[in-house]
Amino acid sequence: MNFFPCSLVLMGAIALATPLLAVDGTDAQQKTGPIQFNRDIRPIFSDNCYACHGPDHNKRKAGLRLDRKDEAFKELESGGFAIVPGNPSQSQLYRLVTTSDEDDRMPPIKTGKHLSQSQKLTLRTWIQQGASWEEHWSYNPLKRPNQPAVKHSSWPSNPIDEFILSRLEAENLTPAGDASKVTLLRRLSFDLTGLPPSPEDAADFLSDPSDRAYERLVDRILSLPQYGERMAAHWLDLVRYADTDGFHADNYRSVYPYRDYVIAAFNQNMPFDRFTIEQIAGDLIPDGTQQQKIASTYNRLNRTTEEGGSQPKEYLAKYAADRVRTTSSVWLGATMGCAECHDHKFDPFTTKDFYSLAAFFADIKEVGVGKPAGTPLPTPAQEAELDRLGTAITAIEQELTGHTNHLAAAQKEWETGTLGALDQGHFDWVTIKPVQYSSEGNSTLVLREDLSIAVEGTPEDAPTHTILLATDRTAITGIRIETTPGSETGDAPFRLTGVEVEAMSGKSIAWERLKLVGATASSQKDKAAVAASIDGKSNTGWSPTDNLENGRHLAAFGFEKPVSGGAGTQFRVRLKQESKDPNQGRLQNFRLSLATVPHPDFNDHGLPVDIQKALRLPTDQRSEKEQQQLVRFHIDFDARTVELGNQLAAARGAKAEFEKSLPTTLATVSVEPRTMRVLNRGNWMDESGQEVLPAVPEFLAGKGPRNPTERQSRLDLASWLVSDANPTAARSFVNRLWKICFGYGLSRVLDDLGSQGEWPTHPELLDWLAFEFKSSGWNVKHVLKQIVLSHTYRQSSIASAALRERDPYNRLYARQSRFRLEAEMIRDSALAVSGLLATELGGRSVKPYQPEGYWQHLNFPKRTYQADKGDNLYRRGLYTFLCRTFPHPSLVAFDAPSREECTANRVISNNPLQALVLLNDPTYVEAARSLAQRTLQDSTGTFRDQLDRMFRFALTRSPTDREVQELADLHAEQLARYGQEPEAAARLIAVGEHPVLKNAEPAQLAAWTSVARVVLNLHEFITRY
Amino acid sequence: MNPLQELDLRLTRRSFLSRTTTGIGSLALASLLRPQAFSQSASDAQAGKWRGVVNPTHWAPRAKRVIYLCMAGGPSHLETLDYKPALAELHGKPMPESFTKGQQIAQLQGQKLNCLGPQHTFSLHGQSGQQISDALPHIGKIADDICIVRSLHTEQINHDPAHTFLNTGTAIPGRPSMGSWLLYGLGSECEELPGFIVLVSSGGGQDQPIAARQWHSGFLPSRFQGVQFQSKGDPVLYVSRPPGVRMQDQKDVIDRVKSLNSQLNATVDDPEIGTRISQYEMAFRMQSSVPDLMDISKEPEHVLERYGTKGGDGSFAANCLLARRLAERGVRFIQLYHRGWDHHGGVKRGVEVTAGHVDRASAALITDLKERGMLEDTLVIWGGEFGRTPMAQGDGRDHHIKGFSMWMAGGGIRPGTSHGATDELGYNAVDNVVSVHDLHATLLHQLGIDHKRLTFRFQGRDFRLTDVSGEVVKPILI
Repeated sequence: MNFFPCSLVLMGAIALATPLLAVDGTDAQQKTGPIQFNRDIRPIFSDNCYACHGPDHNKRKAGLRLDRKDEAFKELESGGFAIVPGNPSQSQLYRLVTTSDEDDRMPPIKTGKHLSQSQKLTLRTWIQQGASWEEHWSYNPLKRPNQPAVKHSSWPSNPIDEFILSRLEAENLTPAGDASKVTLLRRLSFDLTGLPPSPEDAADFLSDPSDRAYERLVDRILSLPQYGERMAAHWLDLVRYADTDGFHADNYRSVYPYRDYVIAAFNQNMPFDRFTIEQIAGDLIPDGTQQQKIASTYNRLNRTTEEGGSQPKEYLAKYAADRVRTTSSVWLGATMGCAECHDHKFDPFTTKDFYSLAAFFADIKEVGVGKPAGTPLPTPAQEAELDRLGTAITAIEQELTGHTNHLAAAQKEWETGTLGALDQGHFDWVTIKPVQYSSEGNSTLVLREDLSIAVEGTPEDAPTHTILLATDRTAITGIRIETTPGSETGDAPFRLTGVEVEAMSGKSIAWERLKLVGATASSQKDKAAVAASIDGKSNTGWSPTDNLENGRHLAAFGFEKPVSGGAGTQFRVRLKQESKDPNQGRLQNFRLSLATVPHPDFNDHGLPVDIQKALRLPTDQRSEKEQQQLVRFHIDFDARTVELGNQLAAARGAKAEFEKSLPTTLATVSVEPRTMRVLNRGNWMDESGQEVLPAVPEFLAGKGPRNPTERQSRLDLASWLVSDANPTAARSFVNRLWKICFGYGLSRVLDDLGSQGEWPTHPELLDWLAFEFKSSGWNVKHVLKQIVLSHTYRQSSIASAALRERDPYNRLYARQSRFRLEAEMIRDSALAVSGLLATELGGRSVKPYQPEGYWQHLNFPKRTYQADKGDNLYRRGLYTFLCRTFPHPSLVAFDAPSREECTANRVISNNPLQALVLLNDPTYVEAARSLAQRTLQDSTGTFRDQLDRMFRFALTRSPTDREVQELADLHAEQLARYGQEPEAAARLIAVGEHPVLKNAEPAQLAAWTSVARVVLNLHEFITRY
Repeated sequence: MNPLQELDLRLTRRSFLSRTTTGIGSLALASLLRPQAFSQSASDAQAGKWRGVVNPTHWAPRAKRVIYLCMAGGPSHLETLDYKPALAELHGKPMPESFTKGQQIAQLQGQKLNCLGPQHTFSLHGQSGQQISDALPHIGKIADDICIVRSLHTEQINHDPAHTFLNTGTAIPGRPSMGSWLLYGLGSECEELPGFIVLVSSGGGQDQPIAARQWHSGFLPSRFQGVQFQSKGDPVLYVSRPPGVRMQDQKDVIDRVKSLNSQLNATVDDPEIGTRISQYEMAFRMQSSVPDLMDISKEPEHVLERYGTKGGDGSFAANCLLARRLAERGVRFIQLYHRGWDHHGGVKRGVEVTAGHVDRASAALITDLKERGMLEDTLVIWGGEFGRTPMAQGDGRDHHIKGFSMWMAGGGIRPGTSHGATDELGYNAVDNVVSVHDLHATLLHQLGIDHKRLTFRFQGRDFRLTDVSGEVVKPILI
């Protein structure tokens, strides 16, 4: 035990050194007050001990568990106690962390973990002070904390300030002075709307001298529709909203109505508990509204796959795990992802908890692999239109049924009449005399007496013959080609590669191309069926065999719709023989005839042969099939049926077309739940795991109501999440609101309030806000308003060197934070200050300019990015089409996430690609030119006056003398340059679709564009101070 | 990047903390947190330099950079690097059930499983006598320079998750890819180009989509993300000046930005401004360094001939030549994707055609690097995200994760050797099995990094590229 005196010396030295250290989490906090378990001890345990002495029962060593009080203080398997309150030397835990025996020392050397002397000292002090235990802070029930006392009692504006100030006073620090009104206005605008203030906004606020001016500003900003857009952007990161499905081919899917729901929810200040329930279980709410169904799209925002060869079961397991990860991050402030394979190492979540939570979502109708089907979302007016279209269909269907019943009753009568007509030749093909005929080949066409056309000339070219027929007949149903083998035909017969027919009925004045159907022929070769002559391909066609039908080859083609015909009707027929093979035979002579019988076939009597045969049989000798054939033919033959059929097809088409035009979303549809079981090590193929029912995490459930008799639903889950049993929903939400207003959460790991997260810098304040949030009826605007009205929020962000030394990470809030704007805000700012921003709310996602070829590596199908036109080029970044595998590069440069996973905290980086975007992306070049136009349009006078205007648009302030000087120089240089090279000026100002200001002098506009480019590239422009 | 965040990065690194709190570290820690220390780190930042968190390296590195030739789609090991005569004997006969029972199968799920014998012949090459498919004649010629690993296996059977796993060590998106880890660990030697560059080509099979996620920095700051060079339009997105703006105009604008930013800094005293200024300088340098990089007009004819490209066509061959030029400029991690290896049908012809796009240039790259003395400190890796089944899918092969092959060269890898083996039918990796995490551990090892000590704290956990496993494959190291 000789380590002890020695380490005491060391510890003393460190303890002395401590006040020199800056505020960096626990180290600095230790010097005030007694040891607190959650703040001082739990992080040491969590980082160093829980992997073997924590929640994961498979990895637990020596039966010791240090995350639960009862376990930590019980007698050890080996005898003795890990912790003996008041007596460090009797405590095995302390003995083993300080022993000099490397084999025994905890944590074991092989883990690579190591306790510092100050950590050991902390453990010792804690045990000495009685080893008081606290449950993990974020899982403790919410209570309203007492307001701390402060000395400087005039500083606080509201309770928030008392929590901040009391800590500052304890640290002997004083708050920063107030931010200037301009800074405050810009800060508030960016934080709550994501947009800079307009010069008019600024003038209003700056000229209002009243004490309540700021509060009025806050109220006004909270009531702007842009507030909802800004809050939605944050929420959409959490729920990983995107426009594509994410895996592999990453195709489009429509979920934008959900995005619009979120915007509206924030704008209406929907209580957060309702917001929660609608998203997780909107589809289960009795008599739920369409908006609630849209809200349930939350459950379908996970990535999905269409990749061939994927196993549905595997992907369903992936989707289930994805939902648990997201839901636990958003509402539990917990990272449950690791519990997919093993009990959580640091927090008391078990794998069973993981799959039990997943089981809540097992009722969601979905496919493991394939395109998910969307739910149409008609407005009431559209709903009425759908009804009307549906009624129209039903009416026609009814009439059709009635009519066909009537026809069936008159079947016998029809048969007799038809047979008579057949025998009298009424259905026979009628040969039509060509009125014009020509060939594109070297052949010459000659009309013969029998109305056939003889082809004379070179058989080896590839002739196409065009024949014009004239007729007065009506209701023409088909055309027939009749040919005889000519004497010059070689070894191979002809090959007809294309038959095209156009018609111009008597009253019409335009040719209509007819769709040919039901091709039949007297004979056809194996690989040259008659249908191949109307398949649109030039390398396939019809060739007959050597078998002749009465010395002829015959081919007939029906028209999809009968041609009404009548006096003056003409047909234009093109017969194509596109084979270049010189050995290929050619048509030698042919004749064309027309039919009026439905579905005509090639035989001379037009009526299909099997119908003729059936008609001639007495009824009792017909087979059932023959009888049916006759009935069907009768119906098809009937003009009224045909007409009704056409009407029905049109009505159905109209409805389908209308449905296609309706917006859709992937709303949740509940079906019989799938069986959910614990997957051992997350392996989806292992079916040996325990079957689980929906249940909330066990260690939290004890505090909430449960109904063990009935299977719980998502509605139960959602209600539980926002019940008193779950304090983490309120804590994690207000923590993120604080982040919006200060750049950091009060607990800095935004998605983990568990033991691996960070002890909050101001735990009582966090609880005060959470309590205020719940007790105000989950009122988001209320809490935000409290935060932004606080004096803490209104401080300057300029820190003295001494303060920066003491508190580099601004953990104490003796100043405001400053940070770069988020990706979308940068885009939005450029559009707003240049007057380009389209302020329309919601709607389908839009496609602004994007570099060519950026999507070239997407496949199944390949796609080309087609930028939008007009206003859609100037919508807020929130509406930019989000392709998960290739998100817009201009936003990605500024750290926009791909929304594949829940993102609670965006990284803020500062990299060269950002400079390239602001300098060269056409969006910013166009914005600079538009800002220049706006400046020139709205102001006259000196350069300074004009620059002043530009600065007020972009930065809400006037330029300094030096700024005026430098930019005047730039302007002069650029004006000279573009004056000499007007073509270069023209090219610069032509960037973007926005029209160039009429009457603008190109060199002047180009020079001012350069000045505006400087302004849009300023650090100040993209920073919130 | 914000110096505060840079510090954050250092401070959140466990190994750094534990080092500093035991030795001289307490003082170092204290000084890091003092503003005087900022000036130092800010000036570093102003020069645009990130020197890495593994500084110095954990041991002497054998490689300074990596060129990863990713054969996307999953090349058939059975037609490229892993010859299985026993499979030929079973051609057309049922695959023994002992191999396939209870195994994960992709498109062949529920179908009759028959063996498909090797569709290409193999020959022995070089003094080492390595056995390589005749579909890869040029790679055969560099047999003595490469080490073939025939015992890889992976965990993901579909393209997208398998690539994600290969690049980030997990199939869940949002984690950094290996190039990002390397930049975070080591920084880059190049100040005119990004340190992690990706080039994509296609040809020879149906092109599998490759998501930008594959080179994303995940939870690491985005300065560590890979930058994709495009084959159409600007090679680097937004690198070209706007129309009508000359280099001088651009410089004039940037100079004013710099000057006005400096003036602002006098008022608000914001260390980020220094970083911002340096990033504009880097961006400006890129506007000339990128065109210079892409301009191969000075490459001698015999070099172009060797690679089989005239350049500028976005082909794999052109990309290999660019890879060498990037390596020369000190880029840390260069990743080439060739998307043409997904041969579900017609594997014989498919491998032949895709190899036609890839074989010659792959070998040319090795030879070229060797001639320039760069192979010894450049680690080259060649392989796909998985292999293909010994079972037939028509006349092709399905995805297969239990055994596949890669080859590596340079960077301290033992040349002219083979490592590991699959069973007699090429189904399971059985000898000296190498996992994806082992591959990662080995890669980091060669660059001087202990894979267990390159960590980043996110969501309360210390993450690493190799997750919780990974062993360095020692036998293949020199």
